[in-house]
Amino acid sequence: MIAMARALRIDEVDNVATLLSQASGGEIVEIVSGGGSIIDRVEALEAIPFSHKIALIDIAEGEEIIKYGEVIGVASKPIRRGEWVHTHNVESLRLPERRI
Amino acid sequence: MEFYGYERPDGSVGVRNHLLVLAPIDCSFEPAKRIAHQVEGAVAVTQHHGCGLDWMVAHNLIGIASNPNVAAVLIVGLGCETLNADIIEEGLKPTGKRVERVIIQEEGGTIRAIERGVRLLREMAEEVSEQRREPFPLSRLTLAVECGGSDATSGIAANPAVGVAADLLIEEGGAVIISEPQEMIGAENYLCKRAVNREVAEAIREMIQKQVRRLEAMGVESRYMSRGNIEGGLTTIEEKSLGAVRKGGTKTIMGVLRNDWSGLDKPKGGGLWLQDGTGWDIGSVTHMVAAGAQIVVFTTGRGSTVGHAIAPVIKVTGNPETYRRMGDNIDINAGTIIEGVESIREVGERIFNLVIQVASGRKTKAELLGYREFAIFKRDRAAERLLGFC
Repeated sequence: MIAMARALRIDEVDNVATLLSQASGGEIVEIVSGGGSIIDRVEALEAIPFSHKIALIDIAEGEEIIKYGEVIGVASKPIRRGEWVHTHNVESLRLPERRI
Repeated sequence: MEFYGYERPDGSVGVRNHLLVLAPIDCSFEPAKRIAHQVEGAVAVTQHHGCGLDWMVAHNLIGIASNPNVAAVLIVGLGCETLNADIIEEGLKPTGKRVERVIIQEEGGTIRAIERGVRLLREMAEEVSEQRREPFPLSRLTLAVECGGSDATSGIAANPAVGVAADLLIEEGGAVIISEPQEMIGAENYLCKRAVNREVAEAIREMIQKQVRRLEAMGVESRYMSRGNIEGGLTTIEEKSLGAVRKGGTKTIMGVLRNDWSGLDKPKGGGLWLQDGTGWDIGSVTHMVAAGAQIVVFTTGRGSTVGHAIAPVIKVTGNPETYRRMGDNIDINAGTIIEGVESIREVGERIFNLVIQVASGRKTKAELLGYREFAIFKRDRAAERLLGFC
């Protein structure tokens, strides 16, 4: 069996999960909970590096990004389930002016 | 659940039975170290902020000597310092523990001071060696959580797992201290809504806001993250700070512990407590131990090696590669979360069990390898006044 890419969803309300291994575009990513159970399988729509985030649901522009059960920012453009979630499509609420 | 510790005259319980040789100033630190080296179980500490009486430094020295891991204290002073043995001794009175002093100028020089110091300390060691560990409930434990040398695994593996252990200890009635307000910037709302009441929520917000203003005054743009953070997958400062504070667990925040010239607060009971402190890990651990923590859990991604002079430090890494390379220094491999071998919960339970074992006498790797770090951080009083903080 080929080892599947895996991602950790830390809190049950999170709409993103953090990759525990890198994923290539088209790869199926197994989503695990903090308790260790498999809760979903999501197709990565693009390559996502290790320790970066994947969207678990479609997220509209301006919608909150939730990790650790908390808001870590808002989507600066629409994000589809399976997309890489990072600075190119998320803005800090604390620092809306931040640009890298 | 229980651990085995040493009961002190004030009712507190130590997890170690150290003899502390305390030089209130660095002028007397060399003889203090020589005295400590001569006697089994002794450790010497000092501070490097001069001999004037700075109460933030004095509160921390008294706090360290008051920690229940210290069985007895020998003060080795020079004689002309303002931050002197009288101040330390007065501060230690409520603990009821044995305190002796050797003052170099009064003894007639270094050789006489060392001779008298070694004799006194040897006699104290004999007395202390009679003490036996007894069972106590976990509600008598205070755990400090710290991180250093973090990497991309810290926020998703090591810190959440330590947070599980922190929650388990609090469920048993114990206390947990988390510090480093710099690492809380961006997590204010999350921390404030967990405060036990509105006063505590305001104190949390104020503590973090002060740190933002200090960084701004230094010309540091606290709001930006490093390139390494972003390459490691951290998107916003909120995400970075939420990952850092996760090591304190998810329980109600009972209060903010003062740590300045006006006082050094200790937890007033079980639950999670935030301490105003520094982001410098050795100084931060020293502050939390001065506030009464008997044991420390320290997460690291890249492989920090440090321990502490009077408190056992348990090292946890979330990076499986770091554990493979530096297993000599790391007590717990939380990298199993990354590899899918264990869950956050399972690793957290492992950490909790090790905390109980270490509290009962099991040595940590930092202890076994001789790490005895100690440093007192103090704020710049002039800067604090200019900022209107004191």
